[in-house]
Amino acid sequence: MRVLKALLRRKLGAFGLLVIFMTVAVAFLAPLIAPYPPDLQLFEGLTLEGAPLPPNSQFWLGTDLLGRDLFSRLIYGAQTSLIIGVVANGAAILIGSLVGIVAGFYRGIVGSILMRFTDLMMAFPALLLAIVLAAIFKPSLWIVALVIAMVNWVQVARVIYSETVSLAERDFIAAERTLGASPLRILLKHIAPHLIYSTIVFGTLGISTTVLLEATLSFLGIGVQPPTPSWGNIIFENQTYFASAPWLVFLPGFAIVSLALGFNLVGDAMREILDPTMKGKH
Amino acid sequence: MATYILRRLMEAVFILIGITMITYALLYLIPADPVRQIAGRSATPETVENIRQQLGLDLPFYEQYWRYVSALFQGDLGRSYLQKTEVSELIASRLPASLLLMVAAISLELLMGLVMGTISAVRRNSAVDNSLMVISFVGVSAPQFVVGIIFLYIFAVKLNWFPIGGYGTFHHLVLPALTLGFMGAGWYSRMMRSSMLNVLGQDFVRTARAKGLGKARVIVRHAVPNALLPIIAMIGIDIGIFMSGIVVVESVFGWPGIGQLAWQAIQRVDIPIIMGVTLVAACSIVLGNLLADIIAPFVDPRIKLK
Repeated sequence: MRVLKALLRRKLGAFGLLVIFMTVAVAFLAPLIAPYPPDLQLFEGLTLEGAPLPPNSQFWLGTDLLGRDLFSRLIYGAQTSLIIGVVANGAAILIGSLVGIVAGFYRGIVGSILMRFTDLMMAFPALLLAIVLAAIFKPSLWIVALVIAMVNWVQVARVIYSETVSLAERDFIAAERTLGASPLRILLKHIAPHLIYSTIVFGTLGISTTVLLEATLSFLGIGVQPPTPSWGNIIFENQTYFASAPWLVFLPGFAIVSLALGFNLVGDAMREILDPTMKGKH
Repeated sequence: MATYILRRLMEAVFILIGITMITYALLYLIPADPVRQIAGRSATPETVENIRQQLGLDLPFYEQYWRYVSALFQGDLGRSYLQKTEVSELIASRLPASLLLMVAAISLELLMGLVMGTISAVRRNSAVDNSLMVISFVGVSAPQFVVGIIFLYIFAVKLNWFPIGGYGTFHHLVLPALTLGFMGAGWYSRMMRSSMLNVLGQDFVRTARAKGLGKARVIVRHAVPNALLPIIAMIGIDIGIFMSGIVVVESVFGWPGIGQLAWQAIQRVDIPIIMGVTLVAACSIVLGNLLADIIAPFVDPRIKLK
């Protein structure tokens, strides 16, 4: 509650929260809001020459190359973006935290191996790795989420690792050890709670990265596959006509930027609110 | 110092070896059978078997890996399945275009980001600061293919200032470099702002002011050079982000670099090319980080060598 209030007091944070809230609402209410089914090819959705229609009174945001209603496709695309954002990022946070905590708490050989592996994965360019993985598995919604998680856990692991290392060396942990607390108890009761803040901040910022990566993969044709609408693949399908039908590229592009911006603004505001060392610096 | 550099070099070598192992494991996992692809549909079973033996695909996993690595050391990245050309030749012929694009983009993003960040920090919490920070936030939230297409629409289609794509003159370079640098400019301006704020609060800046130096001189001669130090290490990391970015930007603008090569290879599932580009990209990331690690202590003596 305290965090939410502080968040709402910041203009940018509140704006970001509003964007996220609206996108979530649209995604949930998609069947109620969308004027047409997203895959329906409408006869009146194309001109007599077969060209897509610009925004008009019947199709608010125009139609695409197959005569489908762009507004409806964007609404259902919000579902795709959010599902992948939450699932892929959730998985990335889970893997990253697990690797980071285990490596940071137990150190030794296990820790070294885990962190060297993390360094190794850091050296792969994220997009190229995702491309190779997408070539191995046949892309579907869940595979795309998995691929993104396999690429994005690395940064989380780095942060959680260094925080766990510095926590484990603090006096109160040493005191717990002397009192005879088991490692598992120390880990769950004393270390994990301190990591929750960074996890929340990274969770929020990470959704933005995930949304962008999904859009990029779909734009390259190896992400979410048509006819399932995703903001990235709507641009992929229509990009060659961007000069004559710019709305087909600009509107989904606007949707991607807004959602990513929303999560970035909220994540950044939360970092300032939750990080005690940032107090008074704003 | 020498031991520090040596240890960094050793680490880099280990990471490079690890990279070849992962790249190879991924190659091994890809379900498509290269032999069938090379031989074509009408090949007899004997031809298929011959090709398999030629490529060494009948050998056990570790022997195949060994052949792959020894070939790598001779600069051999394998052959493209479809173009029948050496992957190393393909990459070498396209690398200059990508390097040109990256150098231009790095210069642009540094110029934009550092100037924006400095102004923001000096005019902290003003309307200028707020609007620059909003622009930076939009910059880091905008995927490169969207930025690229919007730039194309405005500056190439509508205003006709720049060509719609291609390679050759300075005019061709402007839009792709701007697109590639746009996101980085957002990052750098935010980092430069917080680094400047940090420096501006320190004693030596107050001393410089107190001894009567003008505000502009204090900022340009005293604050900015110090604020730049932590940012140098970031340029190394940037190379990694650019390696992903060029795939998108080069495909949007038809820029004939290794990114476009990779993108075309994705469309045709030409695995050796994808792997080759990934390997080259990973190596340049390792080298970029290594260089940043080695240069950073020289530039900033406060960095303790671990």
